[in-house]
Amino acid sequence: MANISFNAVERVFHQGDKEIVAVGGVTLEVADREFVAIVGPSGCGKTTCLRMAAGLEKPTRGTVSVGGVPVTAPGPDRSVVFQQFALFPWKTVTQNIEFGLRSLNIDAKTRAERVKHYIEFMGLAGYEQGFPHQLSGGMQQRVAIARAYVLDPKVLLMDEPFGALDAQTRVVMQEELVRLARKHPRTVLFITHAVEEAVYLADRVVVMTRRPGLIKEIVDIKSIRERERWDQVERIEDVMDQPSFVGLRSHIWRLLRKQHAGDPQ
Amino acid sequence: MEGYAINSLHELSRRQWLVLTLLGASAFIGLWYFLAFIGVTPQKFLPTPLDVVQRFFTLSTEPFVGMTLFGHLASSFHRFLSGFGLAVAIGVPLGLLMATSKVVDRIVTPLFESIRFVAPIAWIPFAALWFGTGMGGPVLIIFMGAFPPVLINTYRGSKYVDVKYLEAAWTLGASRFRVMTEVLMPAAVPSIVAGLRVSAGLGWQSLVGAELIAASSGVGYMMVKGQQSIDTSTVMSGMLAIGIVGLLIDILLRKIQERVSQR
Repeated sequence: MANISFNAVERVFHQGDKEIVAVGGVTLEVADREFVAIVGPSGCGKTTCLRMAAGLEKPTRGTVSVGGVPVTAPGPDRSVVFQQFALFPWKTVTQNIEFGLRSLNIDAKTRAERVKHYIEFMGLAGYEQGFPHQLSGGMQQRVAIARAYVLDPKVLLMDEPFGALDAQTRVVMQEELVRLARKHPRTVLFITHAVEEAVYLADRVVVMTRRPGLIKEIVDIKSIRERERWDQVERIEDVMDQPSFVGLRSHIWRLLRKQHAGDPQ
Repeated sequence: MEGYAINSLHELSRRQWLVLTLLGASAFIGLWYFLAFIGVTPQKFLPTPLDVVQRFFTLSTEPFVGMTLFGHLASSFHRFLSGFGLAVAIGVPLGLLMATSKVVDRIVTPLFESIRFVAPIAWIPFAALWFGTGMGGPVLIIFMGAFPPVLINTYRGSKYVDVKYLEAAWTLGASRFRVMTEVLMPAAVPSIVAGLRVSAGLGWQSLVGAELIAASSGVGYMMVKGQQSIDTSTVMSGMLAIGIVGLLIDILLRKIQERVSQR
């Protein structure tokens, strides 16, 4: 396992002669096995932060390190779950999940066992030989999550993984992810624009502002979750009815709304 | 994927379609008969359709310049497969390499762009000089016709693959080779197969041009021999055979294309 640290990270895009500051100096430490969610309006640079941690984009200034090692390129130690699933349409469910494992030096038997474990854990049994287009959106995202977890990566990077799902499926997937995170605790950086989702899933919620993308506030959820014993509550809608949950949600909403009020655009 | 034509609102029924097809065909044959009958050229220069059909069947059973029509066809088809196969074997990997490596792209593209506009039959002098009347000459010319579409379609198909698949593969630690064989290639398959169709058509067309000069068997060779003895029905029988085989090749590849794009 490992931590993720953003050290004064900036990312500037060039659009013609104009400079667009997507991320304007972010310093953030995600501890080992911590689940951190970043929320913010579209264009606040939250996805860019994740992509820099994945090695899909390079910071203009500053560094992103994972486990103390600066990130320079994508790699299987930092699995990404994409909003658009990005499953290979020409591969079966099993082949998709196994894809990353085949890059590592793991013997066929261990590989098959690990794939089988995640197929069962993610409720994909019976769909092993199916192709992505034969599955519903929720099932496809289960495959994508299994494909990322099966590598046993140092960190997991999830880019609005439930953004493309309908409301009911989304709730089911959120519960699934909590179940998964309890069984296999990992360092997770989770990007979303859904405040409730962030409060429900994360240990800490990072609120970002737009242009330049900066951290406005980091809200601690874990201490309140443990104090109020949300873990004892079975269903997501009951957790979301708790006064402590409502309080946190409203607090984050106000932070986001304030930026809109002050937004000249 | 056949796009919708502007007049697709007026869909033809199967019967109308058949009637119109037959109408076109009979008008063509009628005109041909008429021209042959009134004698715009000496009869020897324009045989009637019936002459051609009769000659076609005769050629199918009796050898002419060494072989029956099917013998010549088999010989042509063998050359076609060699040239076409070579074009695929080189074009697909090279297209994939060009799509993944800027260096290879830079080296190959200017060369390729300057050579591809030279018509395949322009290579006939060299084909004859280098290979005589052996197998190599026609194969070279077919290759020159078939190679560009394979290369271009493989290159474009893999260049315009949705970047999300590439990013997924990179974050899953795939090597360059695996990205090429397991991501770019399958993603480009519909484009590659479309290229194969164009490529097979051009290859088959160039074949006859090649055999007209640099061969000692094959349908093209048979036609040259027919022309030398002003045996025009033999020439036309060759044209008929080429047309039919070309159509069959295209139907086969179209079926493959439909199968591939269904996924």
